[in-house]
Amino acid sequence: MLLGLVSLVGHAAPAQAHPHVWITATSELLYAPDGSITGVRHAWTFDDMFSTYALQGIETKTKGVYSREQLAPLAQVNVESLKEFAFFTFAKADGKKEKFQEPVDYFLEYKDSALTLHFTLLLKTPVKTKQLALEVFDPSYFIDFKFDEKDPIKLLDAPAACQMKFQRPNDETAKTQRLSENNFMNGDNSNYGAMFANKVTVDCP
Amino acid sequence: MKPNSPSGSARFLIIAIAALAVILLTDGVKHVLMAQNPFGGPRPGAAEPQVGGMVGWILARQSEFYREISSTIRAAKSDGSAVWTLLAISFAYGIFHAAGPGHGKAVISSYLVANQETARRGIVLSFASALLQALVAVVLVGICAWLLNATAQTMCGAEKAIEIASYALIAAFGARLVWTKGGGFMRALQAPRPEPALAVTHHHHDHGHHHDHGHSDHVHDEHCGHSHGPLPNELAGPGGWRRGLGAIFAVGLRPCSGAILVLVFALAQGLFWAGIAATFVMGLGTAITVATIAVLAVSAKDLARRLSGGSEGGGTLVMRGIEFGAAGLVLLFGLGLLLGYLTAERVTCL
Repeated sequence: MLLGLVSLVGHAAPAQAHPHVWITATSELLYAPDGSITGVRHAWTFDDMFSTYALQGIETKTKGVYSREQLAPLAQVNVESLKEFAFFTFAKADGKKEKFQEPVDYFLEYKDSALTLHFTLLLKTPVKTKQLALEVFDPSYFIDFKFDEKDPIKLLDAPAACQMKFQRPNDETAKTQRLSENNFMNGDNSNYGAMFANKVTVDCP
Repeated sequence: MKPNSPSGSARFLIIAIAALAVILLTDGVKHVLMAQNPFGGPRPGAAEPQVGGMVGWILARQSEFYREISSTIRAAKSDGSAVWTLLAISFAYGIFHAAGPGHGKAVISSYLVANQETARRGIVLSFASALLQALVAVVLVGICAWLLNATAQTMCGAEKAIEIASYALIAAFGARLVWTKGGGFMRALQAPRPEPALAVTHHHHDHGHHHDHGHSDHVHDEHCGHSHGPLPNELAGPGGWRRGLGAIFAVGLRPCSGAILVLVFALAQGLFWAGIAATFVMGLGTAITVATIAVLAVSAKDLARRLSGGSEGGGTLVMRGIEFGAAGLVLLFGLGLLLGYLTAERVTCL
């Protein structure tokens, strides 16, 4: 009985929020002339509600118009906060985890009542790799990442032989195969957001 | 009639065991998390959790409702009737949002089970805490954004401070319950034979509970034990509602991130009042779901009471054990949230 009570109230404990923030992303993978990957450049556009929330209290001369300079302190806050979440960007070269340096070239843009955060993450050490895997997602799914319909991922100066594959999280086929309540309810959900991951793989033979 | 009250050292032992259990459990949770989440990404080869069925459906619905809130507020700027749509969506969102995982209903349910509370009180506690939660969100945004025109960063700092305070409150609340219920459990363990004739009636339990309180640092008047009875006029008796205040504050202090976003958005659109209305309606929806779950928890305990009441003497022990366990659960939630082993909905800081 006690077990029943525990499971009744207890299954509520681990975190699976539904998203409160929606990001439309475009990303570029950066390559050095020798064919090694040096980093990734993100442009993340926030949804209407979060953009408004983030702009709360920021002074501007003309209502609804914000310059890059006016938004600079906010961009600073953004990249500093994102550090705690590993920038929601997880890279592996040939199966080995890669680390990123502190973000560079970051700034915010405000257009069509939406904020876009631009920033570049450089790898600690550029790698030449047969297969690069990059995932963008929020493990706790507070933020929903959706890559742009038209140009989700670009390779910049990649060797010609490299092939890129991009997989969206909510492919209907994947969804129907995945339906299973058991997996969700058995408590193995500490990495709940992983199923909403956007996956990019680049194969360079 | 009365079992001996436990000595201070025996009670201390109980508390120590409970604390140890909490540490072991939270440590276990941590290890699961670490194993699962080595660098914030999925563990290679690990089975990915899947979403589907009821839970997936609930998550999908609340996502949809939540996204519609912002467009509806925009629409309400030019078309006043959109406010009704806004309220309807907010209500639905509140119902679904609370059906998802959250600490509120867990703490309220555990509290009710630990304290022999009635379903009626559970419903009132659910509504009061949801109302407080909405009120905190409105006051926070009202002061920070509307009066002071503070930045989102400042607001999120305030939210974080409130969050820590509320988790500490849950932990303290749980610790007090464990202390009180530890005494009752101890007495049940020590009691050679509980009064047999009354073992099945509610009255017996009420008395046991009454004495629990008598030995705790929590001061109640002599009528305390009797107010657990099902009669409404007794519920409102001396010290009746006051006891629930701890639960209301522990649960309702932390505002919902979604409500804060909606309020700030509404304020920016010049429709703060619509945001406030939406927040309270959202709270109403939340309260309905939490109350349903609370009533379920109370009914489950009543069933346990009836089942265990049949066996001689063992019934009291089982009931005290359940109460003690539920009290421990509240402490566990509080500590888990406070130490970051459990995470509730994230505060919106980016």
